[in-house]
Amino acid sequence: AFFWLVSLLLASLVWFVSVRLSDRGDARLQHGLLVFGAAVSVLLQELFRFAYFKLLKKADEGLATISEDGRSPISLRQMAYVSGLSFGIISGIFSVINILADSIGPGTVGIHGDSPYYFITSAFLTMALVLLHTFWGVIFFDACEKRRYGCLGLVVASHLLTSGLTFLNPRYEASLGPIFIITLCTGLWAFVTAGGSFRSLLKCLSCKQEDNSRVMTYSALRVPCED
Amino acid sequence: MITFMNNSDSEEEPCNERTSLMSAESPPVPSYQDGLQASQAGEAQAHRKRRTGSSRSPNNIADGEMSDSGVPVREGALENEEEELTLKYGAKHVIMLFVPVTLCMIVVVATIKSVRFYTEKNGQLIYTPFTEDTPSVGQRLLNSVLNTIIMISVIVVMTVFLVLLYKYRCYKFIHGWLILSSLMLLFLFTYIYLGEVLKTYNVAMDYPTLFLIIWNFGAVGMICIHWKGPLQLQQAYLIMISALMALVFIKYLPEWSAWVILGAISIYDLMAVLCPKGPLRMLVETAQERNEPIFPALIYSSAMIWTVGMAKPDTAARRSSQQAWDAAEDGRENHRSPSHTDSQMSEARSPVPSRPITSFEELEEEERGVKLGLGDFIFYSVLVGKAAATASGDWNTTLACFVAILIGLCLTLLLLAVFKKALPALPISITFGLIFYFSTDNLVRPFMDTLASHQLYI
Repeated sequence: AFFWLVSLLLASLVWFVSVRLSDRGDARLQHGLLVFGAAVSVLLQELFRFAYFKLLKKADEGLATISEDGRSPISLRQMAYVSGLSFGIISGIFSVINILADSIGPGTVGIHGDSPYYFITSAFLTMALVLLHTFWGVIFFDACEKRRYGCLGLVVASHLLTSGLTFLNPRYEASLGPIFIITLCTGLWAFVTAGGSFRSLLKCLSCKQEDNSRVMTYSALRVPCED
Repeated sequence: MITFMNNSDSEEEPCNERTSLMSAESPPVPSYQDGLQASQAGEAQAHRKRRTGSSRSPNNIADGEMSDSGVPVREGALENEEEELTLKYGAKHVIMLFVPVTLCMIVVVATIKSVRFYTEKNGQLIYTPFTEDTPSVGQRLLNSVLNTIIMISVIVVMTVFLVLLYKYRCYKFIHGWLILSSLMLLFLFTYIYLGEVLKTYNVAMDYPTLFLIIWNFGAVGMICIHWKGPLQLQQAYLIMISALMALVFIKYLPEWSAWVILGAISIYDLMAVLCPKGPLRMLVETAQERNEPIFPALIYSSAMIWTVGMAKPDTAARRSSQQAWDAAEDGRENHRSPSHTDSQMSEARSPVPSRPITSFEELEEEERGVKLGLGDFIFYSVLVGKAAATASGDWNTTLACFVAILIGLCLTLLLLAVFKKALPALPISITFGLIFYFSTDNLVRPFMDTLASHQLYI
């Protein structure tokens, strides 16, 4: 979350400076600058996700060396999930908390001619964004680990695409629909990347006990080691 | 005596003890030799938490601020094992500190957002005599700097006074002071707080019920803090009084002064804990020489500690719990030094082993906790509360400050695990918090607002 905040800070700095240096009156220019600011922000977020990956990798190595059996207590996949989730949560919160706060107060949605579905679509978009960040985190870390730069580029491109789709926003069928499709596809991709498959899904859903009774017996016979 | 002033509440100046983070660790070597001794020494060391209390109460002079307590350095042959244990427990302790800090901040932010009383300007404390209602920016800046200088010097004087009192063993004075300040905090401030909350929600309450509630709350609080009580109840009370103190600061410190004071306090904290002649460091060293715990009252402890002991577990436990409670009391007192009577409140900060100690027979690993001074809680909450009260970007700024403070705390705990001595908990968090506050308020807010008005997501 901290890393995402720093990336947002830098991106806003860029946008702020660009707005200051530009002509305030020109609406098209301002819109263009906004697009530029959003694109810079997306790129910076991905850059900071990469920086976070590097940091976690180092911490992982450190944890592995000092742990008892040479492996770190948290796997890289878990870290990827947590990192994606936290990026998603902070991004979602920052996008939606002011809207939520305003939704309590007195007012009418869309009284000036904007869409009356502002709140509900914001909610759906935020949900999609949180999920997307989580999936992107998993895929991104896996791609960095296995050095598959194509996947990496795809993640960045899909982030840019999602952000770009929100620019079509009052036309919700053009933006919400594709974003949800992207969310589903990215989710499936992340599921496969994390090692899941149809079979593991079935196993999880049927709550079958694992057949390791032999192992259990063995460990039950062993003298418990002292910690 | 400025106590019940019409325009300002007499806040006790609980020394904002800024406590440094201290990990309560017992030295491994002694514990294997003699349980009793080990546990006591361990406690003494563990309780060496320095707190830097900066008394911010405007009316009351804060009792000396104690800077962070240092963690006793573990010496001994079992250093490696210690390191592993420290790191192993480190993450758990980080979480154990995150929860109370978060709770305190949530209470403060929730109150600020709902109860209007704490954002209205109703005068200033005497520690910040210069007003900020001046027409020119330069004059306002000058006034806030002067306010800060006065406040910081008050804090330094209080800390030095406290250290002197401790050096010359005036324990009764310190204890009395602490008890008086906790009385004031638990009864008076709670009464005011409850009154304002009831006013906000337009709930009627009769005086007998109010008296009953406040009496019970205050009496249980005094017992919990200064004597014995369940650990979680004590932690809850410590969080509540920190929140109350922070609310008082938020109300009575003028805007720019508050930010400059926050910055100056973290610099002071850094110097007081780490410089060889710093008052807090001297306090810790004196306590170490005498092998006693440092003021327990003003320290929040995050865990129970089980001492490794083989001999005389009972006496050890009893003694430790006594020390623990003493410390707790001291901590409290420090916070509340009543300023009315005397601005010099020396707050005795006895190290607080706020955890009851139970010794086990076998040589188990010790469960160590981390201690954080209540002053740190107070200043973190002041920062977040001020962000919630004054930022126009509302929730984004508050959240950014919150994340920044937690990350700062995390980094400080990491440094604690590396250096194993008392560290100031304020500088890193407050620096991050200030940077994030100003940058989010001025840079991120217009960006996010513009994006949100077009319903764009990044």
